[in-house]
This record gives sequence, C-alpha cells and structure tokens, in this order.
Amino acid sequence: MSNKSASVWTSIRFWRRSAAWVTATAVVLLMWLTFDTVKQISMGSDEDLKKGIRKRIPAPTVINYHIDYKFSKKRGHEVPVIGQKEPFFGKEWSPKEAAALLHKGKLTFQAKACIDCHTALGNGAYYAPDLTKAWLDPKWNNGTMTAMIGKKTKEEAMAEFLMHPDKYPTHGRMMPNLHITKDEAIALVAFLKHMSSIDTNGFPRNFSINAKRLKGGTNAH
Amino acid sequence: MLTNKHLKYESQKIGMNYFRVAIVLFGAQLLFGLVCAIQYLWPGFLFETLDFNIARILHINALVVWMLFAMLGSVYYLLPDEAGRDVVGAGLGKLGFWVLTAAVTVVVLVYLFIQIGPGKESTIWFINEGREYIEAPRWADIGIVAIVLIFYYNVFFTYIKGRQTGILTVLVADLLALAGLYLAGVFFTDNISMDQFWWWWVIHLWVEATWEVFVGALAAYGLIKILGAKREIVEMWLWIEVLLLFGSGILGLGHHYFWIGTPEYWWEIGALFSSLEPVPLVAMFVHVLYDWGKEQGHKEAVEGEGAHAVSNSPAMAWIALNAFGNFLGAGIWGFFHTLPQVNIYTHGTQFTAAHGHLAFFGAYATILIAMMYLGVQGAYGIKKMTMTFKSKMAIGLITFGVIGMTVALTIAGYEQVLVERAELGAGWDAYFIAQNLTWMKQAMGWRLVMGVITFIGFVYLLWDLVTIGEVEEAKEANELQSAVA
Repeated sequence: MSNKSASVWTSIRFWRRSAAWVTATAVVLLMWLTFDTVKQISMGSDEDLKKGIRKRIPAPTVINYHIDYKFSKKRGHEVPVIGQKEPFFGKEWSPKEAAALLHKGKLTFQAKACIDCHTALGNGAYYAPDLTKAWLDPKWNNGTMTAMIGKKTKEEAMAEFLMHPDKYPTHGRMMPNLHITKDEAIALVAFLKHMSSIDTNGFPRNFSINAKRLKGGTNAH
Repeated sequence: MLTNKHLKYESQKIGMNYFRVAIVLFGAQLLFGLVCAIQYLWPGFLFETLDFNIARILHINALVVWMLFAMLGSVYYLLPDEAGRDVVGAGLGKLGFWVLTAAVTVVVLVYLFIQIGPGKESTIWFINEGREYIEAPRWADIGIVAIVLIFYYNVFFTYIKGRQTGILTVLVADLLALAGLYLAGVFFTDNISMDQFWWWWVIHLWVEATWEVFVGALAAYGLIKILGAKREIVEMWLWIEVLLLFGSGILGLGHHYFWIGTPEYWWEIGALFSSLEPVPLVAMFVHVLYDWGKEQGHKEAVEGEGAHAVSNSPAMAWIALNAFGNFLGAGIWGFFHTLPQVNIYTHGTQFTAAHGHLAFFGAYATILIAMMYLGVQGAYGIKKMTMTFKSKMAIGLITFGVIGMTVALTIAGYEQVLVERAELGAGWDAYFIAQNLTWMKQAMGWRLVMGVITFIGFVYLLWDLVTIGEVEEAKEANELQSAVA
C-alpha cells in the first residue's frame, strides 16, 4: 500500500497517477468535442436560410418560413423541413426584428418558469406536454384549438391561448394564467416556432403518426 | 444536533451550522414535493396560488441547496480531522455561512411570494432565472460564487498548512472543479440548444462526476472514522474510484446530448461512457461492504464475539445504504434508459423522474445524513453511538418511501413511454391520453402515498437528530457509572 509496494496493483502512487491521466484525457476529449459541437449548434444566418443551407439551429428569421417535420429515409427518422415563406402574425420579420422577438421569447420562457411544468427539447418537468415541436402539433394544425379559440391563424390562436389559458381549458390539468402580455405571447410563439425548426435527431420519434391519427379521427378518446 | 459543546474546532462548529440549515431545507424539499404529488392527482389544489411550476422550483431547489449546505457542512466538519488543524479563516467561514443562509432565505421568499416576472432581463436578475435546478436569480448566482470562493480559500489553505491526506487532496481538486462548473450555468442565450448544452455541464458534471467523487471522499472519511479502517487501503480505493468515476462520468455527459440539437456522434459517445458509469458504483459498494466485514472480523478475532467495530451505527447504516442506493438509483435506474435506442422514447417522461428520485436519495441524501450523525456524535462527545428506535424508523420509512415512489414513477414512466410515445407518437393529444389513463393515475396515487411515508420518516429523522445526542450521551454516562460502581 505504501509507495514502495510489492505490486503495482496495490500502489497508491500508481492509482493516483492513473486517475490523473484518465481524468485529463477525458477532459481533453470533452473540450475537443465541445469546440466542434458549439460550432455546429451556433445559430445559422438569414443568408443560410435564403440559400437553403440547413443548420442544426437556424436563424431567428426561420419564423418567416413554413416548417414541417418529415421522415428522412437517409437518416432513418423525422427531420424539420423548412419550406416556402409564410407570414408570421401577418408580416415578414427582418433579421433584426426576428432576433429581438426570439430574445424576448426566450426571456419570457425563462421568466414564467415554463420549464418547471413543460419540457423543451425533452428537458424540464413532466406535468405538461413537451414543447419541442409544439408549433407543429396537429392539435393546432388541423384547427381544433384554433377553431375553439376563434382565430384565423395558428400563431394568433397560440398567442391568445398563452395570454388567457384559463378561458380555454382542455383538461382538468390546465395552464394557469401567467399574466403574459400580448407582446410576450407573440414572442413566445416565435420562440416555439424557432424551436420546432431545430434538428433534434428525430426526437420526439413518430411525431407524424400523431398527425395521421388525428386527421383520421380513429384512436381518439 | 443543537449543541457544539464537545467540538474543539471552529471549523466543526461551522459545519454543524450548515447541517442545521440543511436538515430544515430537506424538510422543505419534501413538503413542496408533496404539493406537486397532490397536484398530479387533484390539479385544482393551490391552482393559481402555488402552481405546479413554483412548487417544483421549490422542491428541486431546496434539494440542491440542502445538499450543497450539507456538503459544505461535511467539508468543514471533516477538515480539522484530516488536516490536523483548525480552519485558517474561521471568522470568514462563519460570515460566509450567515450570508449564504440569508441569501437562500431571500431567494425562497421571492419564489414563494413573487414567483414569476415579466419577460425582461430584470426577472432573470432578481426573481427567477427559469432554468431547471439552477433557477436562482443572477444576483444570487454571484453571491453563491463569492461564498464558494471564501469556502474554497478556507479548504485550500487549511490543506496547504495542515496534513495533506489523500482524502483532502481529492477534495481540494474536486471542489475546484465543482465550483468552476457552476460558472457554465451563469449566462443567458437566445439559443435553447446552446443553453441546454452548457446547462448540462453544470447539472451532469455535478451529479454524475464531481458530486460522486465528493461522495467517494466522504465515504472514505466515514469508513476511517466509524470503523477505524486502514487509511492506506481506503485512500487507494478512493483513487481507483476517482479514476473510474471521472473516466466514465465526464464523457458520459454525452447521454444528455442525444436530442437537444447536438450532432449525432454523441449517440455513440454517450452510450459507451454512460454504460460504464455503473462500474465505479459497484466498486464503491464492494469497497464499503468489504471494509465493514474486514474490520468487524478483525474486531471479533481480537475481542471475541459480540464486539462491534462500528462506532456510530446510524451513520454506518446510512453509509451502507448509500453504497447500495448509489448503485441501484444512479447505476441501474440510470442505465435503464441511457442508450439512445431506448432514450428516444423515455427522454422527458416519468422514467427520468423515477431515476432522479432514487439517484439523488441513494447517492447523496444518504451519505449526507450519515455525516450529520457523525456531527451529532462529535458534538456530544459520544464514543459509541447506537441506533435509537427513531433512527430505525427514520431509515426504514424513508428508504421504503423513496423506493416506493421510484417504483410508482417507473410504472408511470412505462405507461407514458408505451402509450404516449410508442403507440401514439408524442404531441399534446398523446400526452393527455397517456396522463389520463387509469394506470397513470394509480401510479401517481401510489407515489403520493409513498411520499407521505417518506415525510413521516423525515419527521423521525429530524426528531432523532435533535434528541439522539442527549440520549446516547446519558447512556454512556450511565454505563460508565455502573462500571465504576
């Protein structure tokens, strides 16, 4: 056990050195991977979007485009597909406006502690639905919620719901009124739309089954 | 728990103060956990008064903070024993304790009464940062960093000026990493993927790397203190544990990077290294039981049958529970859903909650409670502390309760994974169909029942920590008197 041990396996010095080397190697590998990952998960630019270059996390101006989530044969799971331009709250947002909107949306998302009921990208609490692809959720797409709230577009319906969730209860477990202002609600919807465009390697899996099921009206409660 | 009368060192008195606040916060954690559990069954409970998100913030923040308090307390308590001298800056250490306690009180009051704010920077600075586990507002982050710097100064210079044992060497290195990692969580970004990428540096590299090494060091100290285990053996094991824990845990971080926008290569890295994470936990389990058996056998050989090697049986019971609970909760329950092929379905379900409950309890709560019992023993100057009825009720009920909650949440998780994710393919509608199934409701019902049992166990624990010192002290005095007579 002492430094002059009979065997290396019972030498403290050997294990101490091994621990230091293994830890250092793991740290160096982590650093190297971190540099690569941080580069890959930095937001793309508006130019990328215009040229059709796919980034894992697109620019805030992705809110000006139609977003879908489709099965990719090559990758073996669903991936976000950025399509044609579509107005968001009736207009096209400049890169500066879109960035400011996303900033406010993310701030509001944190200020209202959304993640302590919901999950985002699967992380958070499990008391309310995952928001990763909320923008694409068929409940909003096929008009169920949109019709109930009485708005023409999905984004307007979502914003209205966020401002007055207590007026539109869907289940016994309902969202409390968090005193979200109209500006904050628009920003939150932008944040959700942006999040739905993030390439999450196919999470949540089989999301499109959901869309088919709800359209067909089978299997519903 | 209420006295310091036999403690020679200022450092240990500071440690006891940390323990006292920690146990109160532990109670708060359980109470707010019960509120959340009730809301799963009766969503109208405290609706728009103390909503689920606020109750949960309090539940998980009280958890993190009581553990940090108990960790700081443990280090201040063992520091003089290991270094062979008192802490260098006792006054500074005391100041740090009071400032930290005051800051935590303010943060909790703000959570309770202000709760949330408008979507502006000021909310992040003064009310709530809205990032799971580290919701504390920015001003508190800066305060925590300042207090931790004081703490680290104390540990480092006491170590330099005192005896540099292997346990302290590990702690000095580990605490530096632990404190430094917190900085990865103190910034704001609009990019949710970047946000979660760095957030996991704090959460994962705390609970699956630096905190685990910290636990290894505490267990090493505990074994020497309680069993009189041979320091050379214990410290050699500690280095092996450091090797295995950091070797698997640092890159095991990858299992959080499967679905948050990060590249696919994390699938393989995360799967490989996190599969190795249970290995050191097996090693720790074997080590604790081996030392216990060895010292007990040695004692019996020397003093005859009936002799006990353990000088603090409640602490030893909690350490043994730690060795097993860490392996079961962090190791087995973690491995259940760590492979990406499984995790794509289980990510963000009650499965994670099941793992979280058993892992935090098994890996951390247990050993920190053991340290509190060691503190009580020292404070009352007890030579051989035995279990009271209350100690047994505490350990029995809390363990039964937590395992019960874990089983209930695992069942809820299975149901959610199979129905919401596999059958219906996620989304709002799928979520609520799964949540409203009888299976989910039954599981949540059992979770609440087991939560109540855990809380009753906590009441016994608190009662025992407050009274066991006097009871055991009087018992030893009586034994001494009858021996003299």
